[in-house]
Amino acid sequence: MINVFHSLALIAVMALVTAVLRLAPFILFSKNTPKPVMYLGNVLPYAIIAMLVVYCFREVDFMSGSHGIPELIAAALTAALHKWRHNTLLSILAGTICYMLLIQFVFV
Amino acid sequence: MINKRTVKAAFITSLPVMAGYIVLGTGFGVLLASKGYSFWWAPLMSVTMYAGAMQYVGVSILAEGASLISAALMTLMVNARHLFYGISMVESYRDMGWKKWYAAFGLTDETYSLLSTDPPLPDGVDRSSFNFLVTLMNQCYWIIGGMIGAALGTALSFNSAGIDFSMTALFVSIFVEQWEKKENRLPAVIGFAISVVCLIIFGADGFLIPAMLCICAALFLVRPRIEKGGGAK
Repeated sequence: MINVFHSLALIAVMALVTAVLRLAPFILFSKNTPKPVMYLGNVLPYAIIAMLVVYCFREVDFMSGSHGIPELIAAALTAALHKWRHNTLLSILAGTICYMLLIQFVFV
Repeated sequence: MINKRTVKAAFITSLPVMAGYIVLGTGFGVLLASKGYSFWWAPLMSVTMYAGAMQYVGVSILAEGASLISAALMTLMVNARHLFYGISMVESYRDMGWKKWYAAFGLTDETYSLLSTDPPLPDGVDRSSFNFLVTLMNQCYWIIGGMIGAALGTALSFNSAGIDFSMTALFVSIFVEQWEKKENRLPAVIGFAISVVCLIIFGADGFLIPAMLCICAALFLVRPRIEKGGGAK
């Protein structure tokens, strides 16, 4: 049986911690932004996007199974298509469909 | 002010996240339903927490009836990266007024990736409202996905294996877009190299926080060089 009150309390705690993490910088630096934080604001996004790309590959096993080949093919297609057309939606659709076909029919 | 043009621009910008969020949200809803939670629990979590990976973890926390302390610690570890997103958005959200607080609350990985590089906007589009609306639309996709999943429960049979690659593709295409500008390349290379090294050392479950700390440290090391060269902007 589900304990409704305990479940609600758990959700409240998880929501609260998440909100505090997201809001804290805006509360701490609400008056003025220190120079180092401004600098991070300028350069961090480019580093973080690279990190998120790596993050998406974290579960890929390059040593066994399909050796990450479907992931690399689909990512390369996405990147090449994006370099060529600069259309985010097109790049994502093509990359995702390519990946689904690869893992469902080629690298089963 | 929120005008028609702003809504349109925000909708177009948010489209790449739509498919991914609906699908990942559906996955979350199905998972939650499979633990015996009724329909309304999914939207409740998506509205109040609005955190992709953490809501998946949250399902197992709920299912095992964990203690409040361990739920808090787990959330702290999984979501600590958001602290860094906030830090890097403080300046660009500064003049958003009340909209800032919702935009900060809804700063997920995907929303951050769309808004962090200040995408160029068409004439007549107000940036504050634009940021606010992109955040709101993304959360709506996420909520809708969760409700679809909760409604379908375990009856879902469409072979959607691999559809979550849409998030990878989103980040890859943004990476390529940023790579075009030469001054962005040094931070991008730093982010990539450090993340790979940290992934190898700390493993898939624990590499994000050490990676972020090392990335910040490395970015400060190259600060004189970046600021001398006109800087990444």
